[in-house]
Amino acid sequence: MSESPASPLTTADGVPLKVSLRRAVRRSKVKAFLLVSPLLLFLGVAFVMPIVEMLWRSVENAEVSTYLPRTVEALEGWDGGSLPEEPAFAALAEDLRTGQEARNLGLLSSRLNYEKSGMRSAISRTARGVRNLEPPFRESLVEAHRAWGELDTWRLIQREARPYTISYYLAAVDRRLSLDGEIVKVPDHLEVHVGLFWRTFWMSAVITGLTLVLGYPIAFLLASLPLRHSNLLMILVLLPFWTSLLVRTTTWIAILQSQGVLNDLMVTLGVIADEARWQMIHNKTGTIVAMTHILLPFMILPLYSVMKTIPPSYMRAARSLGGKPFLSFRRVYFPLTVPGIAAGGILVFILSIGYYITPALVGGQSGRFITNYIAYHMQTSLNWGLAAAIASILLFVVIVFYMVFNRLIGVDKVKLG
Amino acid sequence: MAIPSYATRGERIWHYVFLGLCALIFLFLVGPLLIIIPLSFNAQPYFTFSEAMLTLDPAGYSLRWYEDFFTSRAWLGAIKNSFIIGIASTILATILGTVAALGLSSRYMPARGAIMALLISPMIVPLIISAAAMFFFFSKINLAQTYLGVILAHTALGIPFVVITVTATLSSFDTTLIRAAHSLGANPTRTFFKVVLPLVTPGVVSGALFAFITSFDEVVVVLFVAGPEQRTMPIQMWSGIREQISPTILAVATLLVLLSMLLLTTLELLRRRSERLRGITPE
Repeated sequence: MSESPASPLTTADGVPLKVSLRRAVRRSKVKAFLLVSPLLLFLGVAFVMPIVEMLWRSVENAEVSTYLPRTVEALEGWDGGSLPEEPAFAALAEDLRTGQEARNLGLLSSRLNYEKSGMRSAISRTARGVRNLEPPFRESLVEAHRAWGELDTWRLIQREARPYTISYYLAAVDRRLSLDGEIVKVPDHLEVHVGLFWRTFWMSAVITGLTLVLGYPIAFLLASLPLRHSNLLMILVLLPFWTSLLVRTTTWIAILQSQGVLNDLMVTLGVIADEARWQMIHNKTGTIVAMTHILLPFMILPLYSVMKTIPPSYMRAARSLGGKPFLSFRRVYFPLTVPGIAAGGILVFILSIGYYITPALVGGQSGRFITNYIAYHMQTSLNWGLAAAIASILLFVVIVFYMVFNRLIGVDKVKLG
Repeated sequence: MAIPSYATRGERIWHYVFLGLCALIFLFLVGPLLIIIPLSFNAQPYFTFSEAMLTLDPAGYSLRWYEDFFTSRAWLGAIKNSFIIGIASTILATILGTVAALGLSSRYMPARGAIMALLISPMIVPLIISAAAMFFFFSKINLAQTYLGVILAHTALGIPFVVITVTATLSSFDTTLIRAAHSLGANPTRTFFKVVLPLVTPGVVSGALFAFITSFDEVVVVLFVAGPEQRTMPIQMWSGIREQISPTILAVATLLVLLSMLLLTTLELLRRRSERLRGITPE
């Protein structure tokens, strides 16, 4: 349009069109970003920072350097070959005295006790009598508790003076760092976490498989009925979806327990004897049944939204080309639903491995998930570093699956209800 | 799903078997929810049908668990807490989420995919992990065991739902409607209130409902972040199931099933309204 190619197009006020356009685009970008920024800021503080803090806690190792600062200093340069000299013992006595007066040796003694059993009592007993200790401390401390005469104790203190540790992660996979610095397995009776990780994964896989088997026909039915009818049936899928998780768990307790509805029915019908009631709850069966029920809508909804996009004429075409019903289904319809299976499957699996409430209420001993151990270490054993490490491992697994999900389907395609 | 006229006998049989299977699966989905409704009227403190209930003897039924619920200080306090926390976090999540959705649906949004993935993450990260993390962090900044702490935590959990529903509504929003309104003489304010708002509201309201139900039903985070002061309904149920299992829980469960039916109806009406406004009608 312009007469000479040398003069660029300009807007009415003489700015080159390219510049003006770029400016407009930039303004729109900034505007869009400004709209999102309050939410980003909020989630940054209320969600991302807590997660980062938790990750940090899983490697944090401040106890020894905080509560035994003088001892750590005195041990600097010690070669670990034989017991340290008197200054280190004197520093320890001084540190314990300070700690005893401030009454804050609890964290320290638990931390060292994770690494070497007996340290808790060694510290608390020594600290109680620390005021009466006389120099030379090398003799009087060993007299107060024999742990101070062991080389391992001092090597442990020196090792744990480092600001970071991997020992929580090792504990999360049933390993520990021996005093020689090697990674060793914990004794068999203390081996819990790895088994629980595997159990969580395979039970979640079973639950995912069950939701697929049950969800596929339902999604197919809903997708092939006219909207007027399928909307009604959809309510039957959405009602459990909208009902409180605790309500759904409670009803399974009422149904499955040994004096519950299902067992009563079976006894009345004479299928089983009164004394031989089925044990269906507080074990794996309970967890699997209740969680399959709870997660089923999460499988049906993505499957349905994929099946809805498959034109029914495809199946008719396959039939008219001579395909038997099963063959047409297997070769034409089923491959088209694979994206839905992937979406639903990953979604159910991610939700399942992170479930806490249902396994805790109906899982008993054998149907428990790794999440229940996170709660156990948070609330009962109070080993927060270990809880943080287990949670971080689980988080890593979830994020990997989430990224696969995002790559395959895209989070913005997630539909609700 | 009509049977085509060319179906063979085998296919017809399979068709009915399939429908039967589907009926069984629907029973599995909804049956458990329906079974607790009669159970909650049990006159006996059991979780199963008594002899008297099965013979439809009126003496087998009673409202005692409902009476228990409505006269219990603990339950009523828990309901109050649930509503305070639920409503406050819904308002926060809806405002933040809607504003962000406006930005996200702009064509020029930078790093849209990454930001969306981040905003959805509270829905994906296992609750126990969020709960543990928030417990550590909130204790440090003195927000643990406060209403504000629980509200902020629930806001974070509710945000993905608002973002998803509002972005979905906005993505199907036809921007030519705005130009049409302008060309018909409406000023921007009038256009916003008469055209944009009515079309977007259903999405915002259903996002808000999702956020509310998320908070109203949430146990794990409250378990870790809240103190005894902030005991909510789900916590009351949780400890009820773990400690002294009483059929009062069944009465509460029944009321909650009714609540979810109510919510579902509201959502369905909203969806229909929005479809009608957009000129989409079901077949």
